[in-house]
Amino acid sequence: MKKVFERPKSLRQAEFTYCPGCIHSIIHRMVAETMDELDITNRTIGVCPVGCAVFMYEYMNCDMIEAAHGRAPAVATGVKRVLPDKFVWAYQGDGDLASIGTAEIIHAAARGEKISVVFINNTTYGMTGGQMAPTTLVGQRGSTCPAGRDPEHTGYPIRVSEMLATLDAPSYIARVTPTSPAGLVKTKKAIKRAFENQLAGKAFSMVEVLSNCPTHWRMTPIESFKWIDENMTPVFPLGVFVDR
Amino acid sequence: MTNRKLMKGNEAICYGAIAGRCDAFFGYPITPQNEIPELMSTLMPDNGHVCLQAESEVSAINMVYGAASTGKRAMTSSSSPGISLKQEGISYIAAAELPCVIVNVQRGGPGLGNTQAGQADYFQTVKGGGHGDYKVITLAPWSVQECYDFMPLAFDLADEYRGPVAILMDAIIGQMLEAVELHDNFEIVDRPKPWAVTGMRERDHNVVNSLWIDVNVMEEVNLRLQARYREAEKNEVRYAEYKVEDADMVFVAYGCSARVCRTVVDLAREEGIKLGLFRPVSLYPFPSNRIAQITKSGCSFMAVEMSCGQMVEDVRLAVNGASEVLFYGRTGGVVPTPTEILDYVKQVYDIAANPTS
Repeated sequence: MKKVFERPKSLRQAEFTYCPGCIHSIIHRMVAETMDELDITNRTIGVCPVGCAVFMYEYMNCDMIEAAHGRAPAVATGVKRVLPDKFVWAYQGDGDLASIGTAEIIHAAARGEKISVVFINNTTYGMTGGQMAPTTLVGQRGSTCPAGRDPEHTGYPIRVSEMLATLDAPSYIARVTPTSPAGLVKTKKAIKRAFENQLAGKAFSMVEVLSNCPTHWRMTPIESFKWIDENMTPVFPLGVFVDR
Repeated sequence: MTNRKLMKGNEAICYGAIAGRCDAFFGYPITPQNEIPELMSTLMPDNGHVCLQAESEVSAINMVYGAASTGKRAMTSSSSPGISLKQEGISYIAAAELPCVIVNVQRGGPGLGNTQAGQADYFQTVKGGGHGDYKVITLAPWSVQECYDFMPLAFDLADEYRGPVAILMDAIIGQMLEAVELHDNFEIVDRPKPWAVTGMRERDHNVVNSLWIDVNVMEEVNLRLQARYREAEKNEVRYAEYKVEDADMVFVAYGCSARVCRTVVDLAREEGIKLGLFRPVSLYPFPSNRIAQITKSGCSFMAVEMSCGQMVEDVRLAVNGASEVLFYGRTGGVVPTPTEILDYVKQVYDIAANPTS
């Protein structure tokens, strides 16, 4: 019998600790599939964040570094600069990348570091209990904004992809979401493009994935996908912002 | 063949780094250490190595974390406020058991302080500095020659004990010009680094990490670190002595303060006051045992620091009540003069020499 579906070689035999319906699992798989397809697993160093994906080093079957909160782009820079022939990716959430690590991501992008970044934006601090994030929508509730984000008090969500797209160095910046079959295909394509760019010696690539948090959003996974499409995409429009 | 050059301590750090086969330097501008990133920005690429100016001290230390994870020899340099910013990264580096070298050209503090010489980062450097149970092996050069000599040693100690090693200087040691012999009389040991992340090839994946959810595993890791520190305390204690044998009172001072104290020893002896100088070279591990031995001669001690009194606590612990321990300090970037120290010695000398009278 022909095997039609299996675990990518770049994923270890480990149980994800993510909540049911969390998009992290999908994106982990896509990162692993892409490494398999490009045959780069054995020369990849992955850098994982602080946040829900903190245990990513247990899931990925490549060399891994667990970075301090927000510092993954700096750590990845250190690796890539001394090992320019290796493949280096960083994986970060919105608290990590768009709040505590804004300096690191902006300057890694501005320097045109030859790294690939996967940015999971789910508008919340999932691991610590659903607090307000830099990408939390106006009016959206969180455990530190129980009445909803008030722009008079805490401002507006940051559009990281658009911000980084103003820089000259990045070679690829795209925002995608896997909430539909077409979106899944586009998400995978974007990750592959970001990885291929690095292999081609091109500068900084980033894929922002609009993601969910059924647990803290207090929704079913299906409701959360719908919520992304209806509420997040108007604020964070999908598309390719840089491709050169 | 001699290769004698006149240069600043900060410049000697750079040549010492090259001699110590430093692969990568990551820094950020801050006075009084700017000569280091400036010289490294040509010296490192000229020697085929990596030099990168980071966007912050925080990023610089995390670039070191990344480069050190691959097994390469990596370093950063900064001055007091910048070193404070690096503490998070240093804690992660210590926890992840990564070798690296951190140069601190101390300035006056706290806060933004000033750009003059200070020694008030002693606690921060030798007691850990960041969060958690860890230590940083710390070397304190007092000459431009030692700035050069200590860099290969620091990289070697970092590799051997798998942790960060600090070079603790001050604005004067960093900025002053002295002759330095750029020798290559170093034994560089290439230690295998099977833990490094380099792409797996045929082995299982390596992980550089400082997260251990299981408290028992976390304790095991902490005890492993502590075991290494005990080894370092056995093997890596370094100090120098000047006229200690017959001294009635022994200065304990490092770096710039030790230079001033050496002059005071000579001045005092001309007046018949028998002073000596004990200079800790490794501030961690601190030469406590040797100080305890010296107490048996019946001398008293005076710690002299460009701080309000930090190292003096380690001197007191080492002396453990066996002798009088006095302190003289200037702070905020003020360097004490030999005469003011001598005047203070004269004020307290009789009391210290005859504590019961």
